[in-house]
Amino acid sequence: MKVLAEMYEGLGISWNALRANKLRSVLATLGIVIGVLTVTLMGAAINGLNQAFIRNVSALGADVFYVSRNKWFNDSYEDWLDTRKRPQITLAEAEALARQLTLADAVAPADDDEDSVKYKNRSASSVDIVGTTEAYLQTSGVDVAQGRFLTAADAQGGQPVCIIGNDVATNLFRNDPPIGERIKIENQSFLVVGVLNKQGTMFGYSLDNRVIIPLRQYMGVLDRYPSLTIQVKAGALAHLDEARQEVQQVMRRVRHLRPSQPDNFSINQQDQIVKWFHDQTATIAVIGLFVTSLALFVGGIGIMNIMFVSVVERTREIGVRKAIGAKRRNILLQFLIESACVCLLGGLIGLGIAWLVSLAVSQWLFPASLSGTIVAMSLLVSLLTGVISGFLPAWRAARMDPVEALRSE
Amino acid sequence: MSLIQLEKISRRYQMGTETVHALRDVSLEIQRGEYVAIMGPSGSGKSTLMNLIGCLDTPSTGHYGLNGARISEMNDNQLAEIRNREIGFVFQTFNLLARSNALHNVELPLIYAGVAAEERRRLALEALGQVGLADRIHHKPNELSGGQRQRVAVARALVNKPSILLADEPTGNLDSKTGEEIMALFDKLFRKGNTIIVVTHEEDIAKHARRIIRLRDGLIASDEMQVEGRASSAEGKTSPAPDPRPSTLDRP
Repeated sequence: MKVLAEMYEGLGISWNALRANKLRSVLATLGIVIGVLTVTLMGAAINGLNQAFIRNVSALGADVFYVSRNKWFNDSYEDWLDTRKRPQITLAEAEALARQLTLADAVAPADDDEDSVKYKNRSASSVDIVGTTEAYLQTSGVDVAQGRFLTAADAQGGQPVCIIGNDVATNLFRNDPPIGERIKIENQSFLVVGVLNKQGTMFGYSLDNRVIIPLRQYMGVLDRYPSLTIQVKAGALAHLDEARQEVQQVMRRVRHLRPSQPDNFSINQQDQIVKWFHDQTATIAVIGLFVTSLALFVGGIGIMNIMFVSVVERTREIGVRKAIGAKRRNILLQFLIESACVCLLGGLIGLGIAWLVSLAVSQWLFPASLSGTIVAMSLLVSLLTGVISGFLPAWRAARMDPVEALRSE
Repeated sequence: MSLIQLEKISRRYQMGTETVHALRDVSLEIQRGEYVAIMGPSGSGKSTLMNLIGCLDTPSTGHYGLNGARISEMNDNQLAEIRNREIGFVFQTFNLLARSNALHNVELPLIYAGVAAEERRRLALEALGQVGLADRIHHKPNELSGGQRQRVAVARALVNKPSILLADEPTGNLDSKTGEEIMALFDKLFRKGNTIIVVTHEEDIAKHARRIIRLRDGLIASDEMQVEGRASSAEGKTSPAPDPRPSTLDRP
């Protein structure tokens, strides 16, 4: 009760002081405003990037392993050189893996290359040509909008059929129905049997600008000895680790590796990209935190300065309050509350600006969003800055000799 | 036991290399219900004595007892508590909080005493009524005349029902007519049983008191009781319009 009354009194005093020195108060908060602005924008940007990133990599599938010669992320240059010496993954190996895996739902060997695609007199260049099997439908999460996907018979027999991406369909066929038409890749004619649903982009790279053909056709037309990536869809998310171990063991067996030999293939996963990305954003966050703490430090010094001025200006008031019974604690609390209020005001102004900026940024540049955690954090940080930077001036006020204070003009 | 008991009180200040003896072995007793004026030229030590009696300062040597409490041995926070409970200050320059209204100014000592909001308001209104300002409670100091401001200050001094009303040149910033009004208020409070100590250098003000202590060079030069009628006759001379409210109500 008593403490509450004191707090209330302190709030009243600081409100009056803020009102009496509007311009000074706002100027004093500038450092805090900038500090909070940096921290919130930082957080909003990272937040937004994370969300966008998760949306992007979701096309990869969280439960799909990508067995390939290369690692997605090399630890060092030597590491990268090592992977260059590894043997390519062959179709025979992929087929052996598919036969022996028990925990996998689907196994699809695939390779892709860029080439141009022709339809009558129209041509589309730099189309991603994917050679794979019918299992690709499950492992890659593509969706057929019209027609059908590859069948086992297409894959086995290497029929010259293709499924085209949404962009290819619109680019080559405009408004004509593509099913049943023939397109040409490297002078080989392919019957269009299906059109994929629109998938969007991953890292700025269109997933719709592609043509899927049977792997045997791909090997005949584009690449006799492709370096395959085997996409393995694990049966259940809960058994991801076991499935991964099985893939590793079977792959080692297929390649006849002795226990002493290291893997000469890599098992890549979506979560590696996520982890890599989080490492990057964590670095950005650390740098941002440093900049922010600098801004807050400068802001805090500004607040301390203003509070010292405020204490000196109100020396007489401090004397009066002490004379009528204010203890050190009362005076200390009064000035701490005032400084916390100034900083909180700065924090609120900073948040307001950050909100507007993040709205504008996500409208025109990249996604950014303020989360409740960020808002709470920045308010807490500004409150703390206020208490810390206000402490020295408040302490000086609290320790004033009432006789001296009353004598001051 | 006396309300105020000063035994061989000395107060020294260090001014650079020089030691200033503001008070030298002063002993003094003041009883409950007395009306005392402390007089002396500047540098006589009267301000120092007031600060000591008001528990704003502690003596270098000697013993000070106030209402049974040993003030000379207290720390800052204990002194603050004693000031809050036992002393009501009235200053020459009023020293009201400029941005707070009269009511809040009077409530302030009660806030530090930890009195609950409703009780605080009731006591503050009562004190403001006592000084005749019941209709000015929401005015801020700059909306009040000098005399009214000093009345608010008196109300603030009284609101905690202190043992001593300690006034430092209470009429110094007022014209003589308003000053007399404030002194009439003090007379009234004295008749109601309050202990009043006024520090002043004006003889006219001191005449209101029943006892005048004169200081010179840090020592008590004289300590005289005055005849009861004298103050009132002096009042009759200096203020042609005596307080229209007779004091019959206030007589015990």
